[in-house]
Amino acid sequence: MTAATTAVEGERARRLVERVFRIRELGIVVALALLIAVTGILEPRFLETASLRNLALNASIFAILAVGQTLVIITRNVDLSVGSVVGLTAFLTGDLLSKHPGMALPLVFLLAILMGAACGLLNGFLTTWGQVPALVVTLGTLYAFRGLAFLWTNGRQVNAEALPNDFLNIGTGTILGVPYLVVIALVVVVVVGQWLRDFRAGRELYAIGSNPEGARLAGVRSDRRVLTAFVLAGALAGLGGALFTARFATVDATAGTGYELTVIAAAVVGGVAIFGGTGSVYGAALGALLLGTITSSLIVLRVEAFWQQAAIGALLLIAIAFDRFLGLRVEAALRRRSARRAG
Amino acid sequence: MQAEATAAAPARVATGARLRAFAGRWEALLLGLIVLTAIIGQGISSEFLTTDSFTTGSLDFSEVALMALPLALVIIAAEIDLSVASVLALSSAIAASLWNHGLPVELIIPLCLVAGALCGAFNGVLVTRFGLPSLAVTIGTLALFRGLAFVVIGDESVTDFPGVWTDRAFGNFAGTFVPDTIVLFAVLAVAFGVLLHATPFGRSVYAIGANEEAAYFAGLRVKRIKLILFVLSGTIAALAGIVISLRNSTAAANVGRASSSPRSPRCCSAASRSSAGAAR
Repeated sequence: MTAATTAVEGERARRLVERVFRIRELGIVVALALLIAVTGILEPRFLETASLRNLALNASIFAILAVGQTLVIITRNVDLSVGSVVGLTAFLTGDLLSKHPGMALPLVFLLAILMGAACGLLNGFLTTWGQVPALVVTLGTLYAFRGLAFLWTNGRQVNAEALPNDFLNIGTGTILGVPYLVVIALVVVVVVGQWLRDFRAGRELYAIGSNPEGARLAGVRSDRRVLTAFVLAGALAGLGGALFTARFATVDATAGTGYELTVIAAAVVGGVAIFGGTGSVYGAALGALLLGTITSSLIVLRVEAFWQQAAIGALLLIAIAFDRFLGLRVEAALRRRSARRAG
Repeated sequence: MQAEATAAAPARVATGARLRAFAGRWEALLLGLIVLTAIIGQGISSEFLTTDSFTTGSLDFSEVALMALPLALVIIAAEIDLSVASVLALSSAIAASLWNHGLPVELIIPLCLVAGALCGAFNGVLVTRFGLPSLAVTIGTLALFRGLAFVVIGDESVTDFPGVWTDRAFGNFAGTFVPDTIVLFAVLAVAFGVLLHATPFGRSVYAIGANEEAAYFAGLRVKRIKLILFVLSGTIAALAGIVISLRNSTAAANVGRASSSPRSPRCCSAASRSSAGAAR
């Protein structure tokens, strides 16, 4: 009887191990843990609560943007305009609050999100109805939205003293020791993650990305779904823009410049395949966290400024290669095991 | 006479069909946009359609135009190279460093090209041998190569290249109003055009882009061809780095950065445009 129980328990444990191994995001978690551990050994202060809190805080806006980007990439499209949408909505937020300090904060956030969604609608509309490749469309709107921001700001800048404290508190305050920004990012990640995992609309995004023709034949209304993905990505960029203003408190027309590469890098490092159809927003959010941690650890380890960028590039390559290597090893191990079980 | 008419009719039909086919192509749209820009530009300023404005206007995009050529092939093969602007900077930084060490320009140019080829080979090996997605790899090397450029030369810059070389990069071709760099671009454009459309290598690039697996089973050495494409992309980006350094008489690690993130997508879009039209 004891032997039987052990066998059952062994079987259960093996299944658990197998389930853990099957998680696509595992590689990135291990890479992140290794990076934090190595940096922590070299500089113990890196592991203090305040420092770890900062890591999460720095990654949260990028995580929100990476979630939106993931939705678009899964459908085999891309949104290069995300940095410009952040700039536009960040300035909208700053401008509104500095001119009407008494404005209700939820309304401000709603307006920023709506403006982002409108930008996303334009991207999605040109991509689906205009049948122009998303790369070309969003490259165009990258310049168009940024140009709009420059026209609108006209060289002005919004500073911290012009903004209400309640609003700035969102960017810097904490609840039970956890920064608000991190809480918001977590909510976004989990909600969108579950929507993608369990809801029909979410699953259809994967179908469109892995086989557009197949999805169409199966009755998926591709254009509408792709449009939804772009609008959601724009809305999340709008939220990111409002949070940008809350966190940095200084906004001009250049806010968010160059974010598109970091955001796409975060998604790709997190295992979102650029050719659509695979990946999860959890991976993308972890990718954002990994990129932020790489930058922070280089600063903590006092790597010379000239070497920092080269090191970021090298670590990025190592992270991608490591994730791939781990993925291949696990896949091979699982295949061997199931072959043994079948035999 | 009747025979003449029947002979002429199909010829006319063929020309008409060919014209219609051309009108439906992406290149025709681009040509239309260029003409439209010229008309609007001339309407705004009578100085727009002058040889001077062509000279200065075309000088400014000669590096981007150069880098778009190999990138077109990379994109047709369904890969991407985002690191070109950083290879350009690394090439400029290496040129600056070698010049500080007293090497002549005649030697610096081939050394920079070799460095660019190595950068391209690094991208290519990671993509083909390690099986990593080129978008992720070249975002990584975008940071890596730019960083190495700063490691090589720091925040210094070199501005004392010999006049004979800067004149060559800045000057016009044989007394015309066409800049030397645009002549270089035109020669390379023809070379890449021939490579892409008239050689087995070029046709296999299309085959790989259309269906990599089928190309592999048809006996094409997919990995090697892709590797060559990345090496070409790196080499031409290094050439562009030399051109921009000599043209501005300034070699430094931050060249091509003012618009570094837009610049590589701009290359991409130029390249993918040419691919969209040329895909056949």
